[in-house]
Amino acid sequence: MMKRSGAALLAAGVALTLGLTACGGGGGGNEAAKDNGGSSAGGAQDAFNAGIDKVYNPSDKKGGTLKMAISEDWDSVDPGDTYYALSWNLIRIYGRSLVMYNPAPGAEGRKLVPDLAESLGTPSDGGKTWTYKLRTGVKFEDGTPITSKDVKYAVLRSMDKSTFVNGPTYFNDWLDLPKDFKSVYKTPDVNTDQAIETPDDQTIVFHLNRAFGGFDNFAALPGTIPVPKDKDTGIKYRDHVIASGPYMFDKVEPGKQYTLVRNPNWDPATDPNRKALPDGYEISLGVNADDLDNRIISGDLHVDLAGSGVQPAALGRVLSDPAMKARVDNPTSARTWYTSIIGDVPPLDNVECRKAVIYGADRVSLQNAYGGEFAGGDIATSLMPPSIGGWKKLDLYPTGTGDAAKAKEALTACGKPDGFETTMAYRSDRPKEKATAEALQQSLAKVGIKLTLKGYPTSDYYSLYAGKPDFVKKNSIGLATNGWGADWNDGFGFMSQITDSRTIRAAGNYNLSVKSPEIDALIDQAYVETDTAKRDELWAQVDQKVMENAFVLPSVYSKSVLVRGKGVTNAFVTGAFDMYDYLAMGVQQ
Amino acid sequence: MTAPLDVTGGDTEATPEAVAEEAQAQRAIQGRSLGRIAWMRLKRDKVAIAGGLVVVFLILVAIFAPLIVGWFGHPPNEFHQEMIDSSTMSPKGGTGISSDFLFGVEPLNGRDLFSRVVYGARISLLIAFLATLLSVVIGTIMGIVAGYFGGWVDTLISRTMDVFLAFPLLVFALALVGVLAQFEQSLGVKGDTLRILLLIFVIGFFNWPYIGRIIRGQTLSLREREFVDAARSLGARGPYILFREILPNLIAPILVYATLLIPTNVLFEAALSFLGVGIQPPTATWGGMLSDAVTYYNIPHFMFFPGMAIFVTVLAFNLFGDGLRDALDPKSSR
Repeated sequence: MMKRSGAALLAAGVALTLGLTACGGGGGGNEAAKDNGGSSAGGAQDAFNAGIDKVYNPSDKKGGTLKMAISEDWDSVDPGDTYYALSWNLIRIYGRSLVMYNPAPGAEGRKLVPDLAESLGTPSDGGKTWTYKLRTGVKFEDGTPITSKDVKYAVLRSMDKSTFVNGPTYFNDWLDLPKDFKSVYKTPDVNTDQAIETPDDQTIVFHLNRAFGGFDNFAALPGTIPVPKDKDTGIKYRDHVIASGPYMFDKVEPGKQYTLVRNPNWDPATDPNRKALPDGYEISLGVNADDLDNRIISGDLHVDLAGSGVQPAALGRVLSDPAMKARVDNPTSARTWYTSIIGDVPPLDNVECRKAVIYGADRVSLQNAYGGEFAGGDIATSLMPPSIGGWKKLDLYPTGTGDAAKAKEALTACGKPDGFETTMAYRSDRPKEKATAEALQQSLAKVGIKLTLKGYPTSDYYSLYAGKPDFVKKNSIGLATNGWGADWNDGFGFMSQITDSRTIRAAGNYNLSVKSPEIDALIDQAYVETDTAKRDELWAQVDQKVMENAFVLPSVYSKSVLVRGKGVTNAFVTGAFDMYDYLAMGVQQ
Repeated sequence: MTAPLDVTGGDTEATPEAVAEEAQAQRAIQGRSLGRIAWMRLKRDKVAIAGGLVVVFLILVAIFAPLIVGWFGHPPNEFHQEMIDSSTMSPKGGTGISSDFLFGVEPLNGRDLFSRVVYGARISLLIAFLATLLSVVIGTIMGIVAGYFGGWVDTLISRTMDVFLAFPLLVFALALVGVLAQFEQSLGVKGDTLRILLLIFVIGFFNWPYIGRIIRGQTLSLREREFVDAARSLGARGPYILFREILPNLIAPILVYATLLIPTNVLFEAALSFLGVGIQPPTATWGGMLSDAVTYYNIPHFMFFPGMAIFVTVLAFNLFGDGLRDALDPKSSR
């Protein structure tokens, strides 16, 4: 009797506390809504996924400092030298590219809107020439007006891959450059008008070497953010990037801290996209990842700049406590984690043996290896993630805990009824990939496929090991963990680097296993197709072919567990980068 | 010529202490060997005996790991997803400790921690013992040769020891294991066997100077002793004197320092596994488990059990080694 009442009392106590916290949370939310002075109340209500597809705590109130931190550092703040999604997201606060991704929640955020340009590009010559008109009255932080020549210089400069090693190479690959042009530093006098023309200060014309329907995505690259030629210091430009956006760099301590303050020469009249709410930004680098999570939870920091979600240690904490879970947003990224099934290595040259790997894999344990349904993502059925235009749900293989019967059938068809042995490579410094390799080893052993696991360092994974066909063949690496995120959310942005067999070089490949002339032909069709819907359809076919040929074993469509900082306004996850939109976010006053 | 260890005459200065303490031993004053005296002293040292018992226990656990796991656990690499909460990826109920899983389960995949700690003992002890053996063999030979012959041989070997001692061992081991593991085909072994051999080689090969220096010093004093002169005057040659006259007198320090080197090597192996160049997954090692556990610092039992295993092993060997030293060499000041 005593025991029971004691338990009941305890239960009542727990219920009471829960009620209290719920009230507390609600109260805080209401207060916040009042502070907003009527701007759509209720948005500040803490709730799971409150920042997905809608704006959490919408506000137009300016002021405050947004505190951001990151556990490492990213490649560079130089617009011509950066290839991180977090950087492309952040760069919009101090730089204005010709075109930008709409700062809006969800899929709206994937739409392109003109930024420095007055409108999206005008194609001519069947998509080989693209013209942009610049807005008037846009100035650099020192007050000099921005002209089309600054944009041209920035694009040409970003193509110097020996100085700027990090950025994408789309302009290098697609612009119709003269042969004798090396770089803006080595050959400054070469006339590059055949690639980029600037007939007047407001007009810029790009000439491509072949037609490309999606050029606006190129125009949205940070490479088109204007750089004044007389202020360019090459690799040192990153120490003081000249701002064209609403904020400019105040303090730059490489590897430690950046602070940004308002740019007095930014004119809101020239900029319909930016609200520029905070008075400044404080960005700390090299903060311990677990400490960073704790500081966001406690309210000491607003944003984890990396945007990839909390560490495993914080995961249990934020998901099991309802009050904490209400501060979580759980977006799906345009990223797939998968295992390449490499047909260069017998017996995986036989499609049936490749299928046996997919049938035999315990897909749930692969999902768990990446962190489960929240931190890992949904079990993937294809290479292309759902947020890419044209994505179709494929249902070619079971997604349960492994289908031993079908795997055996495929093994028999392959002529290896008793299974086979092969080696699996993974990135040894990535715990999730190690867990993936262990999980696959366990489940494939049940159908007779024996895996030897080999870890290689991430830094050289593609250049020396899994991405080097010679090494792969010599060491009989039949399986290799892999992952890919879209540069932007269309088929080209996601698939072109990882499914085109003609991109495969002697080393440094990201496409480890997709080798099919049929797929290459589809990609060629997609390149020249200017109709978006038809283009999307072609990329969906590529995706289907990849799965039919069992070139990859997809694990998950990546999801991340993001914690909303305390006291942030206007917070939402943008579909362009699948993390909080750093341009729109403000601080509660 | 008799082996000095069995002789009562040579080293009698050690006996009076033992004699004084044991009243009834007065009559049996002769015929007690140094080894027996040491054993008597060791037996009286309760701490050392406890350490020794733990060491024996650990060795038995390592040898009978499959049996123990068969009775009390699950196969060490077997996944138990049913023990894992599918949203937070942590064990259900915090640790998953139950009569079925004595030490609980790992987060993410639910592997049985008890089984993994038990199997980890095999790798840790195997590597520590064999690496120590390698160090002792190289160190003894080098030390005895340097000490006995002196001159340029001594200079050469001593300077080599200095070079080895000055080596940034951990950094070098990291690089070496990483590089050598790439040449699997040419080495002819692969997988865990290759890794274990590599670790034994790296750990053993770079630790020999510690024992080498001690042996050299002992040899320097031993070679001036009368029994060596006697042997020499009877016409004994270098190798005979080295291995039949001097070496038996070195058994005590060798035994002591080997015992004290084992825990160092356990730690070193754990450090290498922790840093990711040790045994490849999924094979369980204590260092590797600790390394995995760091990411899950909120699930302390994951770190606690392998950590305790290392702690207990190192402590037991150290206590036993200290006791052994006191017993064999009572003159040494603590």
